[in-house]
Amino acid sequence: MAKERRSVESLSDLWRAGAEQAHREVEDDGVEQQRSKQAGRDDEMTIRFVLFVNKQGQTRLAQYYEHLSLDERRALEGEIVRKCLARTDQQCSFVEHRNYKVVYRRYASLFFLVGVDNDENELAILEFIHLFVETMDRHFGNVCELDIMFHLEKVHFMLEEMVMNGCIVETSKQNILAPIQLMEKTS
Amino acid sequence: MEQLRTIGRELAMGSQGGWGQSKEFLDLVKSIGEARSKAEEDRIIARELEHLKRRLADPDVPRRKMKELLLRLVYAEMLGHDASFGHIHAVKMTHDESLPLKRTGYLAVALFLDERHDLVILVVNTIQKDLRSDNYLVVCAALTAACRLIGEEAIPAVLPQVVELLAHPKEAVRKKAVMALHRFYQRSSSSVSHLVSNFRKRLCDNDPGVMGATLCPLYDLILEEPNSYKDLVVSFVNILKQVVERRLPTSYDYHQIPAPFIQIKLLKILAVLGSGDKQASGHMYTVLGDIFRKGDTASNIGNAILYECICCISSIFPNPKMLEAAAETTSKFLKSDSHNLKYMGIDALGRLIKINPDIAEEHQLAVIDCLEDPDDTLKRKTFELLYKMTKSTNVEVIVDRMIEYMINITDHHYKTEIASRCVELAEQFAPSNQWFIQTMNKVFEHAGDLVNIRVAHNLMRLIAEGFGEEDEGADSQLRSSAVDSYLRIVGEPKLPSSFLQIICWVLGEYGTADGKYSASYIIGKLCDVAEAHLTDDTVKAYAISAIFKIFAFEIALGRKIDLLPECQTLVDELSASHSTDLQQRAYELQALLGLDKNAVESVMPADASCEDIEVDRNLSFLNSYVQQALENGASPYIPESERSGVISVGSYRSQEQQETSSHTLRFEAYEMPKPSLPLATSQTSMSTPTTDLVPVTEPGYYKEDHQTSKSQPPGDAVSGEFGVKLRLDGVQKKWGRPTYSSSTPSSLASSQQTTNGASHSDGGGSSSQPRESSYGSKRQQGTEVSAEKQRLAASLFGSAAAKADRKAQASRKTAKDSPSTEKVATTNVTAQPVKEQVIPAAPPPDLLDLGDEPVSSNPPSADPFSQLEGLLGPASAAPVLSGTPATSTSKAPDLMSIFSGDVPTGVASGSTDPTLGDVNSTSSHKGATAVASKKGPSLQDALQKDATARQVGVTPTGNNPNLFKDLLG
Repeated sequence: MAKERRSVESLSDLWRAGAEQAHREVEDDGVEQQRSKQAGRDDEMTIRFVLFVNKQGQTRLAQYYEHLSLDERRALEGEIVRKCLARTDQQCSFVEHRNYKVVYRRYASLFFLVGVDNDENELAILEFIHLFVETMDRHFGNVCELDIMFHLEKVHFMLEEMVMNGCIVETSKQNILAPIQLMEKTS
Repeated sequence: MEQLRTIGRELAMGSQGGWGQSKEFLDLVKSIGEARSKAEEDRIIARELEHLKRRLADPDVPRRKMKELLLRLVYAEMLGHDASFGHIHAVKMTHDESLPLKRTGYLAVALFLDERHDLVILVVNTIQKDLRSDNYLVVCAALTAACRLIGEEAIPAVLPQVVELLAHPKEAVRKKAVMALHRFYQRSSSSVSHLVSNFRKRLCDNDPGVMGATLCPLYDLILEEPNSYKDLVVSFVNILKQVVERRLPTSYDYHQIPAPFIQIKLLKILAVLGSGDKQASGHMYTVLGDIFRKGDTASNIGNAILYECICCISSIFPNPKMLEAAAETTSKFLKSDSHNLKYMGIDALGRLIKINPDIAEEHQLAVIDCLEDPDDTLKRKTFELLYKMTKSTNVEVIVDRMIEYMINITDHHYKTEIASRCVELAEQFAPSNQWFIQTMNKVFEHAGDLVNIRVAHNLMRLIAEGFGEEDEGADSQLRSSAVDSYLRIVGEPKLPSSFLQIICWVLGEYGTADGKYSASYIIGKLCDVAEAHLTDDTVKAYAISAIFKIFAFEIALGRKIDLLPECQTLVDELSASHSTDLQQRAYELQALLGLDKNAVESVMPADASCEDIEVDRNLSFLNSYVQQALENGASPYIPESERSGVISVGSYRSQEQQETSSHTLRFEAYEMPKPSLPLATSQTSMSTPTTDLVPVTEPGYYKEDHQTSKSQPPGDAVSGEFGVKLRLDGVQKKWGRPTYSSSTPSSLASSQQTTNGASHSDGGGSSSQPRESSYGSKRQQGTEVSAEKQRLAASLFGSAAAKADRKAQASRKTAKDSPSTEKVATTNVTAQPVKEQVIPAAPPPDLLDLGDEPVSSNPPSADPFSQLEGLLGPASAAPVLSGTPATSTSKAPDLMSIFSGDVPTGVASGSTDPTLGDVNSTSSHKGATAVASKKGPSLQDALQKDATARQVGVTPTGNNPNLFKDLLG
């Protein structure tokens, strides 16, 4: 199985790089305040969001465990993806962004990003991402980006089984997939 | 071929009966997937939203169709478009009888709405009803929704049912009930405080999933009050032990490691419970030792556990053996080629040095490598480590490095953080005032707008106070060097406002003090500053006040100076300014020019910024004047509070006095005659220059930061104002003056080098050479890199060691020190070329590591969790789905068939080949057994499906082949 040679993506690929930048920087402060307020409220949470974004910067799945407005989400996603795309494979899979630490992993054209608290075990989150992908792979069989797009709700259901209240609650693939498979059977 | 694959895949997706995905939906997904730009995507979604609006308005949408429409709404919001018009339909769908529809409804509501949203109240009722359902999957869906949607007010509505469900026969329900309760605890701990004992009970649940989930709420509870849970230490240790001994079902294994995520959570809990508790920690050492011994350093997940173990060990009561093991693992991390591991290593080191600072020494060069790595994340982490290990002996090197790094940061959030760290370290450990001022100048120059203004005041105060009376020479030297450097820098564009304020103030106070620069030269510079920053009133105010002071000093010295034309322009401009503050200052300056030498001297004494200003708050010197006025028939003064009708104004004023900040709304116009009194005074004080006491009224004193000090005589306005502007209260003076009074930078450097043997042993450069300059040349001299690193290491760590020496036997340890650094030097030289070759290392093997799938997913149903004797009661957790193992076992040969099919045909690029197998993969939904037989490439099949697909009308273009790439492939 030939491994796709990962190359450093040129930033010009990114559609968000240009005009939106200025706009976003204006927003930054507001978003910041909002977020620190939120952080104060659920400080026990470890996972703050899970994102799938492809290398064009298009969001394929987004689950936030704290409330952010549409604009804030858009801004956050754009900024983080830009940061991650600018990194090489040799560099570490963690990026600090504002008060989040983003752990990311790339599979083919898709980036899987998990935003966590500062004192979270990054390596464990990195492996959590892999567990998620393996779980999807078991369900869909050779999972690809399109599987996720066509079955967005099912991927969400899996994530709901794995993460609750921002905590990892289930890591057995069997237990994660059981309710989804049962549901399919009965419908 | 590419197209074929695309068609086959889409067809497979679309043709499944019962999935209800229409061509429309497929087209939408396809067009989003193939969109080339954000603009194109936006257009697609905008069109889609129009369409959805029309469709949703139709009352007769079939339920299944509704689900699809809802998912399309989810897409629109996910891609950043507002779809709030459809939110109500998501709420409606939660009422649906069919589970997939209901769950989709709950999901959409959770994605769309926050718990505080008005519509959520409509869902609470549904959740209540569903919690009572006979179908446990419905109950699960409701509990999941409760975790997302039940806000503080709604907790009582569902709480009794959730508590009841904690004892549900299905483990999936118990697990989710635990998490729902956890959520309620997060939302409002008081509402469930009587129920927390349930978490303890669920810890002993006979299902490992429930037990694992219970660790989450327990962790939160323990963080809050560890002492109430000390009794659980033994239980946690037992569970961890059993997990490590593989007593959990193998379905929890991940890459051959038993339940790693549960292990990590347990380690986190133990770290909290064992912190500062010798007895509790005693229980943990054995199992921690086991984990270290069994530690798998080859996989990420193994290392994640080891890292968590190190965190635990550094948190609990220290044990030498454990620390040794932790240090050993940390050094493995640091020596690794993987940046991820290096990062973890740096973090671990930061934890360990808190217990034993000497551990850092061994890793000096690894740390410096990380510091110089182009990887920004790693660099930041290393700076965090340096921040933790800063002492007075290495503060210069560390802060210099930090500033050097800070200059190039563009991220404001991080720049602020690192700037404040620089300030903090400099304030705490500064070896000399001189160094402190230079460092602060650098910080202000590059991040002046990001640091607290207090720091600026602190710096001005330091320059003004200097080293103290006994060393007046050094003081003036310090000041003239400050003046020199500021004159050099002041012309540069884009200096931060707070830095300009400092510059103006220092130039005003000390610009002409040593006679090196003429008054007109300084004034010219100050005028330039004011002109260059037209919009910044504060800077202009500082500039005009500085000019004012210079004039005053010159007049006091008896020299006659003329108002330069540009200065005159400035004064004229400011006299007409909208800001009353600037106006005031300008008029004061003009008034000053008309005064004689003696008056000026007392109004504006030279270098008196540190003198106290005595304030006669009672204005007693006016008594005779008042008396005289009364005698002449003036009506006596009635205090504001006793007057009728102005109480509110009075109370407002007193409030205003408390706030030192400025107000945009000014109330001067309504003020009582009070201000006119001191104004009269100012005249008196000026006309009688011998008066030492200068009266200042209380309100004016407080407000003058941003407002005119109307009530003050002009002379005092300046010195008094800086007395106020330097908000000294609460600012600690942290640098110790007497200890370092004699240390000039050069003597300091040399003295340090004699104390640490390391920098001598490398023989690089003359020992008296200042370190800063050697960094500068670092980049050009590649061959000297190791020597440079040596020196850096020595200054970072060696001096720390030297400090430790003083505590222990000095002679023995220095002797030991130098050979060790020499040894490290040689290893570094050899390591350098090796590293360069190794760089394109293969990515972590587990990416491709599907081989373990069959192994890990083959749960021997005969291996029940009942083996968790001791703590957990006996029970057998049979696998919920008998179908799953079959699917996964059939996968291994299936994978093989893909490979074997690939090799002979050799179509297209290797990376996409496995997708051939995907053509039929979705048929797996039909049934687990079908998968095995249907998987694998089938060209004929695909061709057939291509034909049918085109008949159906879906004509994929294959614009974005990435969509079909195997994620794990």
